[in-house]
Parts: sequence; structure tokens; C-alpha cells
Amino acid sequence: MSDEILTDKYVENSTRAIEDDILQGALGKIQSGLAKATQASYRQLDEGPELRMTAHDIREKTINNLDVVLTQLAAKVRENGGKVYFAKTAEQAVAYTLDVARQFKVKQVVKGKSMVSEEIGLNPALEAQGIEVNETDLGEYIIQVAGEKPSHIIAPAIHKTREQVGRLFAEHLGVPYTDDPPELTRIARKALRDKFLQADMGISGCNLACAETGHMTVVSNEGNIRMSTTLPRVHVAIMGMERVVANLEDHDILFRLLSRGAAAQKLGGCVSYIGGPGGPDFPDGPEAFHLVILDNGRSRILADPKFREILYCIRCSACLNACPVYGKIGGHAYGATYCGPIGAVLTPLMVGMNKAKDLCLGETLCGACRQACSVNIDLPRMLLELRYRLAYGDDDWQTKQVSPLEKTIHQAWAFLAGHPALYRAFLKAGAMGQKVFPKYRGMIRKMPGPVAGWTRDRDIQPLAHTPFRERFKTLSSKKVR
Amino acid sequence: MAHATLFIQCIVDGMYPEVGEAMVRLFQRLGITMDYPENQTCCGQPSFNSGYRKEAAKAAKHYIETFENAGTIVCPSGSCVSMIRNHYPELFEDEPGWRERAERVGKRTFELTEYLVDVLGFKNTGAYFNGKVTYHDSCHLNRYLGVSSQPRELICRVAGLTFVEMEASDKCCGFGGAFSTKYPDISTALVKEKVQNILDSGADAVVGCDMGCLMNIQGYLNRHNYPVRVMHIAQLLAGVKGDAA
Repeated sequence: MSDEILTDKYVENSTRAIEDDILQGALGKIQSGLAKATQASYRQLDEGPELRMTAHDIREKTINNLDVVLTQLAAKVRENGGKVYFAKTAEQAVAYTLDVARQFKVKQVVKGKSMVSEEIGLNPALEAQGIEVNETDLGEYIIQVAGEKPSHIIAPAIHKTREQVGRLFAEHLGVPYTDDPPELTRIARKALRDKFLQADMGISGCNLACAETGHMTVVSNEGNIRMSTTLPRVHVAIMGMERVVANLEDHDILFRLLSRGAAAQKLGGCVSYIGGPGGPDFPDGPEAFHLVILDNGRSRILADPKFREILYCIRCSACLNACPVYGKIGGHAYGATYCGPIGAVLTPLMVGMNKAKDLCLGETLCGACRQACSVNIDLPRMLLELRYRLAYGDDDWQTKQVSPLEKTIHQAWAFLAGHPALYRAFLKAGAMGQKVFPKYRGMIRKMPGPVAGWTRDRDIQPLAHTPFRERFKTLSSKKVR
Repeated sequence: MAHATLFIQCIVDGMYPEVGEAMVRLFQRLGITMDYPENQTCCGQPSFNSGYRKEAAKAAKHYIETFENAGTIVCPSGSCVSMIRNHYPELFEDEPGWRERAERVGKRTFELTEYLVDVLGFKNTGAYFNGKVTYHDSCHLNRYLGVSSQPRELICRVAGLTFVEMEASDKCCGFGGAFSTKYPDISTALVKEKVQNILDSGADAVVGCDMGCLMNIQGYLNRHNYPVRVMHIAQLLAGVKGDAA
């Protein structure tokens, strides 16, 4: 990732987000509304919510045969007249896109919403070459005007209110202030319409690529991707190498789940199936079509059987909407492109486990993400796996042991757990020792050191003087009442 | 006659022994005989969740040795049972002998409400409680053991009780073990929302099946002087008419 990684600011950025009332209001709505609607939309599937398990099997099979499936995809795209480039790194993907831009003397780019382009830092690279880049998804457009980054995978400007957008547009677009959403949309549409017509290059991501047909499927709810990919002379689509399906049957299942996971829709509002460039016999489509298939650390994930499952993800973002932690801290706190539960697993694998340790440690393991996932990925299992690698260090991932002190504490606890007499004595000593802490209505008000955080806004129950183990004998000899 | 071997997890043993006592009284009333292996300690979940699997495996071996000759093991915590049933086998990927022993003991370890409803077929326990009660779904019990209807079946049949669902009863309370002390701001923001939902329900008492979550909820309620009672389901079900409320 070429953009600045701020994963080590997770704690302070979380705190700032929690104190932001506007953000809290927006996140609350996503969680109470969209998360529930998504669950309902899974239940309404003809096959029922079990289709998620079928989809998991499909993804497993595809990812296990990724080399074959990608080879077939590339061959089909080329057969359809498109160009394919396998980029090992973000830098290679950017350089290739810049080459194409140079070749077509591109001055202006219109972009459909794409997280993978965020991942590789494409916009600043294009701008550095003097190319004007215009995001065309309304949410992405808003944050581009504001000079910010997306805070949600499919609702990038969820952290902004309509009043903020109104002020932003008034300031940057020279229009009178309004906070009426339809009017704001009209303003953006008017500003963007010219950009669509002037652009030489369209850039999009890829929701799913089909190896059997060699087509890309891209979805939007605004029609902006269709315009971005058909009006300019050249279209560059960028995909993470895992976003491929083997055939149309698999495509059907995954696409239905993607729409439901993303927005509780049966189908996205505007769906484009892009089969390559236009031509003399086929006037639709751009002069040239390029597909960039990005690795950028994915092969390394693929090679680790414990983490391979994260590549099943189709980026629907349902896990964000259901995650209680995301619901409090929002997307920016994760400090990298991918946020929420998917980011909590993926980011440490992409930027380094030590650097992004707080993302996988700072989750409650509640399991809501797995329940929400459109392809039933066991995200909590991988959060635990990351913690395991961090606990002892892992040379394969250049990961250092996160805390020797913490390890010692767990070693001591494990020793006690194996020695009941010492375990009992330890708890007894704790019950005596805790008397020094201030109490309120029977509970401890203030604790020191590593547990001080608990008592910042909560009390804690003290250890009992007589534990259950000492009470059982007298109890069990009593008569039944 | 039913017989249960009790596994009373560390947090109840050390901090909330009255929950264990309530479970004993309840079982006595229902005619369930009990034994309590004195050597029991901790299931190892705190270490496992923090990534310290070697240490968790030591605790797991101790649990297996302590309980493998028992018949049916019952524990008043969904997360400990999930640890034993779902995660013990993972700990012994390279030790097939231990793995098999772990799986055997895991199949016989039950959470309290699944034991009462699914194993014994109890729904009406003959309990009495005068008040309005809401129920918090603990995440591991609900999502990893699939237990959500059983506690409600038991609660709804308590005489004198009015049951009311809170908003988002299955949303995490923010406890998360070590998470609660390592990330206190996020944890507190979550428990604040949980407590708001409890207060909005108008309940006199919030009932749950896991003292970890309940300790978190109680800690916040106590700090902010909210007069809502926090009860483990064993305490609710142990109550009979004539008890001081």
C-alpha cells in the first residue's frame, strides 16, 4: 500500500471517533437498519440463508484452484480483445496504469468506486503526472472534494452529514448552500456530467470477474460506473486476484449474495457486464480495455492455509454493518484501506502483524461478522490465529512476539491452572490483597496498572472471601427447600 | 435420576460464588444430584483468546484430566463451554491422543440452560420472581453454541415474572475478556449502549447466562447508579415464592 498506514494509531483514533457525535449517529443508523435488513434479505433467498454455506464452498474451491482459474480468465479476456496485466505489487499496478494513460495521452480520468485503487494509491500517482482524477460515485466524490478517505467499503462518506456536504459543495463548487439531498445529488451530477464527457480514461474496480466468459461485473446504485466504463476511450479495470469466479453458475450465486450483503438488495441498482473493448462489429464499449490483476501480498496469504480463507471475501461489507466495534469507531480508526472485521484480519496480513496488531486485538470476538458474512467466512477464527502468531512471533510473517511480559503472565496462570492447591492459594491472596482498593456499593471503584482501563467508567466486583469451592460441601449437605 | 458434575468457572468460583450456590439450590429443587471435583481450575479461555495457545493447552489438559471420568458436566457459562467444546480440539491438532480425549469430554460438557432444556427437557423450573425481566444474549453462547431460545423458555415460565425483550439483545456488551482492559474506550462505549437498551426496556432486572458479560454490565450500572438488578439465570431460577426479592 502506498498510502500512509496509520494502524498504530488505532487506540487514539478510536477514542476520537467515539467522541464524535455526528459519526456516532451515522454509524448507529447503519447498524440498526442495514445490518438487520441484510439478515432479512438472506432469509428471503429461494435457497434460504444456507446459500452462504454453498457460496463458501464455491469460494474455497475457486481459491484452491486460483492459478488455473486466473489463467482461464486472462485467456478469455484476451480472446475478447482486452489486455491483461498481472501486477505483483501495488507499484507495478500503478506503473502499468500510468503507461496506458501515457499511451492514450490521457488528461482526465473518471473513476468508479474501487477499494483496490485505494489500496494501491492510484489517485495521487495519476495526479502527480498532471492527470485530473474525478471520483464519480457520489460518496467518493464527496470525500474527494473534502480531501478525505473512505470510511466504509461501499458507503465511503457515511461519516458525513448532509449539512457538512452542503457546506463542502458551497465552498468548493461555487453553489449556494443547501442541505437537501436530492438537490445536493443534482449539484454533483451536474458537476460530474461534464467530467464524464471530457474524460479520456475510465477506471473501475471489479466486483466479480468470470473466468468462463472473461467478463467483469461491476455494480453501482447510481449508474456512474456504466458511464465511467463506456464513455472514455480507454477503460482500465483493477481487481484483486481473488475476485474471480470460475463460471456463470458460481457467478449467479455470489452476485446475489454480494447485493444482499452490501445493501440488502436483490440486485444492485445498475449492473454492468463488461466483456472487453468495442470494435467495428460491436460499437458498444471503449477503444481499449485493460484488466489489471493485482497480487500485492495475496499470494503470501494464499500460501498460509490458516489465512487463505480471507481471500474468499467478495467485499460486500456486511461485516462492517454488523460489527459492534466498527459501529463505535468507524472506518478511519483502522488506519488503512480496509476497515471493519475484514480489515482487522486483512490489514495485519498486508501491512505487517506487529504494525497492525491493534486491529486484531481490538475486537471482541463476538462473532457477529461471521453471521453477517455473505460467504460465511470464519473471521473470528482468523482474529484468534493472528493473536496466536503475535503471542509467540512468526518468522514466516516477520512477526515479533508482541509482549514477553504478557506471555510470562499467561505462563504463570497456566502453571496455577495445573496446580489446584496453588491456584486456590493465589485466589485467597488476591481476596486479601484487594482490600486496599476503594469501594462503592460493594464494588471496587479504582484499579491500578493494566486493569485501570476497566475502572475508568465501570466498577468491578471484588473477589469473594469464601469462594464457591469452599461453600459447596456445606451446601450439598443441606436439605432441599 | 439426573446427576451433574459441576464445572464452576473461575469468575463464578472467585467473584460470584452466590451464582454457583444458586445453581446448587436449583438443582436440589429439581432433584438433580451433583458432585464437584475439587481439583478444577480454569478452562484456559483467557490465554486462548489472547493467543497463548501453549498455555491454554496446559489448562485444557488439566480440565480433561479432572473431568474425563465424569458423566455429564454442567457449567454456568456459555463461553467456557464453547472453549471446551469448540476450541479444545483445535489446541491439540498435533496431539491426536489428547484431541480425542478433548472431543470426548467436550461432548459431555453443557452450559446450564442447554442442560436443563435440551438434555433434561425442563422448561418450567417452578421458580418465582416478582418483576419485569429482560435477557442479554451472550455472544459465545448465542453464536458459538447456538443457545438463545433455551434461556428464554426458562425465563418466560417463571411465575410472577414479566418478560420483555430489549433492543439488540444479541449485540455484544463490549466485555471481550482482555479487550475490556486493553481497549477500555471501545469497551465502555459498547457497554454504555447495552445499558441504554436495558434501561429503555423498562426492566427491573437484566438476566444473562455468562458472568463475564454480566460483570461488565453490572460494573457500568453500579458506577452510574442505575437501579437495575443484574442476575445470572441460575439466580433467577433458584428463586421461589417467599424469597426476599
